[in-house]
Amino acid sequence: MSIQFKTIVELRAMLDSKQISAAELMQESLGLAKKHEELNCFVTMNEEQALKKASAIDLNEKTTSNLSGIPLAQKDLFCTEGLRTTCSSKILSNFIPPYTATAVKNLEDAGSVTIGKTNMDEFAMGSSNETSFFGSVHNPWKKEYVPGGSSGGSAAAVAAGIVPAATGTDTGGSIRQPAAHCGITGLKPTYGRVSRWGMIAFASSLDQAGPLARTSEDCAILLNAMSGFDSKDTTSLNTEVPDFLENINNPINGIRIGIIKEFNLADLDSQVQERFEESKKTYEKLGARFVEVSLPNISASVPTYYSIAPAECSSNLSRFDGVRFGYRAENTDDLNDLYIKSRSEGFGDEVKRRILIGTYALSAGYYDAYYKKAQQVRRLIKEDFEHAFESVDLLMTPTSPNTAFKFGSKGTQNPVELYLEDLFTISSNLAGIPAISIPHGLVNSLPAGLQLIGNFLREDQLLNAAHIFQKNSDFHLLKPDLEGSQ
Amino acid sequence: MSWETVIGLETHVQLSTKTKLFSRASTAFGASPNTNVNLIDCGLPGVLPSVNKEAFYKAIRFGMAVNATINQTSIFDRKNYFYADLPKGYQITQMDLPIVLGGSIEINLDGLTKTINITRAHLEEDAGKSIHDEFDGFSAIDLNRAGTPLLEIVSEPEISSAKEAVAYMKAMHQLVTFLDVSDGNMAQGSLRCDANVSIRKKGDQELGTRTEIKNINSFKFIEKAINFEIKRQIKILENGEKVTQETRLYDSSKDETRPMRSKEFANDYRYFPEPDLLPVVISDEEITKIRDEFPELPKEKEIRYQKQFGLSAYDAQIIASSKSMADFFEAALKKTKNYSLLSNWLIGEISAYLNKNQIEIHESKLSADNVAMLINRIDDQTISGKIGKSIFEEMCESGSSVDEIIKSQGLKQISDDGAIEEIILTVINENPDQVAAYLAGKDKLFGFFVGQVMKLTEGKANPKTVNTILKNKLK
Repeated sequence: MSIQFKTIVELRAMLDSKQISAAELMQESLGLAKKHEELNCFVTMNEEQALKKASAIDLNEKTTSNLSGIPLAQKDLFCTEGLRTTCSSKILSNFIPPYTATAVKNLEDAGSVTIGKTNMDEFAMGSSNETSFFGSVHNPWKKEYVPGGSSGGSAAAVAAGIVPAATGTDTGGSIRQPAAHCGITGLKPTYGRVSRWGMIAFASSLDQAGPLARTSEDCAILLNAMSGFDSKDTTSLNTEVPDFLENINNPINGIRIGIIKEFNLADLDSQVQERFEESKKTYEKLGARFVEVSLPNISASVPTYYSIAPAECSSNLSRFDGVRFGYRAENTDDLNDLYIKSRSEGFGDEVKRRILIGTYALSAGYYDAYYKKAQQVRRLIKEDFEHAFESVDLLMTPTSPNTAFKFGSKGTQNPVELYLEDLFTISSNLAGIPAISIPHGLVNSLPAGLQLIGNFLREDQLLNAAHIFQKNSDFHLLKPDLEGSQ
Repeated sequence: MSWETVIGLETHVQLSTKTKLFSRASTAFGASPNTNVNLIDCGLPGVLPSVNKEAFYKAIRFGMAVNATINQTSIFDRKNYFYADLPKGYQITQMDLPIVLGGSIEINLDGLTKTINITRAHLEEDAGKSIHDEFDGFSAIDLNRAGTPLLEIVSEPEISSAKEAVAYMKAMHQLVTFLDVSDGNMAQGSLRCDANVSIRKKGDQELGTRTEIKNINSFKFIEKAINFEIKRQIKILENGEKVTQETRLYDSSKDETRPMRSKEFANDYRYFPEPDLLPVVISDEEITKIRDEFPELPKEKEIRYQKQFGLSAYDAQIIASSKSMADFFEAALKKTKNYSLLSNWLIGEISAYLNKNQIEIHESKLSADNVAMLINRIDDQTISGKIGKSIFEEMCESGSSVDEIIKSQGLKQISDDGAIEEIILTVINENPDQVAAYLAGKDKLFGFFVGQVMKLTEGKANPKTVNTILKNKLK
């Protein structure tokens, strides 16, 4: 019996009923990864260690964790002890961390098994996975299409059924947008819900780790394990973590869902609009009430984000200097030359572009006009959300203005075109609030995503609303035709 | 033309916390290179800083001592620049919201006191060390110091001579050591300063163009570097030229300052709030606790020493002015009751020895227990004061215990009346002429007899007993 496309819940049942052993499951999963190598989902495999751990799990009868023996893939931005971690960049192409990120460690401590590290946009900068030093990931639904980004390898590996779930990180939509483009479920938690220790920083005040899976229920299982205060990350939230499965089946009648007035959906592709209207109807049938809400500053999200994120990135990426780890250029004349050559050769174009933008935004004379102003606008956007959540429980938008696009079709001439991909996702990062993307049908044979945005720390509400939707629809059950997809 | 010097000092005080400002690595000095370094200190990808509250407590203690405003909410910022010994490519420091704001410190110079205002004091992490001359063709990096907590104290430009700058640094040294916020060890770089020096015509309101002399780490060099710079700038101005605003380095081997060829030139540090750290909030309870546990400062000690131990104002002032001396005194007091003899020794023999060798008492082989023992042995007449001085020399040399020295060298004082009388009779019998002269009125010869007795006893006879018996026998 194939394990491809199975959920965690299904695999758990198979393991518990001894239909399959953890070791067999791991072999299957690793086999699928190999079989679908052409998707380029993985940068580094963890075959030997994964099989070893799975065998050890088989020998140990007592297992209470629902993640025990479950194969997972980790975005290659989480440090993993002894396992190469590249951020899909040449500059880290030889980096083997001496420690493991808290999010991954929490999942592994719960018994899950890391089968490999997934491909991504270089340093998570991109929305198409085309900026990876290790080559683009292919969308399992149509192979000449992008999987979205930056967690494209994780999304594609789950969509192709290689693993039931994977980790991702989301700075401006990097979990939700690839989840949408690959037809799976992806959750960006509240900022601080999951520790950032060991997550290679892109933009510290926006980065947040979260799960990508086939269902909302599986996302809840992962989030349960990943979450929690970590003394090593003082920005992680010192607050109790609820059991995200506990209320996931609660009825949602009476729930108030806000539609953001300022997002003019009439401008979108008519089929994307149509999907959105259909999903609204589904929710109405389930008892939800729709309200139009105004977030007057939300249209400033993209420029705000593209001032703050590059500014933080320009500083965060300074440590990649060729001195202590990572790629170091050869034949350099002096220290300055070492910096210039190592960084020029080690970083790709998009990373360089953002370092330049960020350096400019922070420089003397421009700081007030860009970075400081952006922080002020960010506060206004956050207040808009706070205000909106006084009258609604959730907000609903399409995850992305479009479905996946063809390689090389966007952003090559004008990067801003690609930045606009994040229009609907960016604001929740700026506000630090949780949001989930769930599949809600196909547009031209490519998946479209529906985004629900929740109030601060209310991942439980998001997961509940998404789960009820999935119990009443089949979109999450659609599978790509991997043999036929061209 | 008459010129006026304006100096402002930026003092870097290394806080004496056990661990670093943002990591749990040790701050111990002198470990082999790159051993006091953890993941955070070497800036590995994915690591995050966490604040060491102890550094805040020490900074606040300093702020309280100089009557500054304490910012109970303080924010860290990143100062971005590339250098090989700066692992993250930025230094975490405080820009807009420093922990300490304002305050002042009193300096003493030639019997006069002057108040120097403090602009601010902020917490920041130190960088590592680049070593350029030990490996052929390579530079080496030692990150042991990276992340060590520093308090940077910025003075107002109110210092008007090199001597005043030295007095300021001495006052700073005294303060930070008494507050136990730093060990104040200048040779190890625990206390160092950058001097901003400018010259203007006497009476001018506007400040002249300043230069900054970086990283001066001894009182002597502060004076020399500033004086060199003053002369250099006056010469430029007298030639009708302009001083260039720049960063300079003092070379003690040549006794000159020269421009730094460095990272420091016209750099845009692109400061912005550190997104990896939340604002650090110090509670009212923490402030109260720091206030309650405030250490005793020199002035308070001075008064207490006079009241409690009957020391003279002069003695009390000298002992209380140095943290290591005051600590030593207080530790020795636990083992001896003869306070005045102890303070005499500290100010006399012991200070003379330390000055001669240019060391602090804690760097010598003297321990408070052993010195207290020496005082006790003189006090209980086991030895004479004179023997005490020779024992002291031995203590300084070898660090051996007083009783061991007395025993091994047979220095115990002879206080036995019978034994001394016998020796005195011998002296009288052997010197009949002197006895006759003495009895004839030559009183001065008394000292001769004492000397003879001491010679025969190798100085061990109790001088009081010798005096009494001699007087009797020579009647």
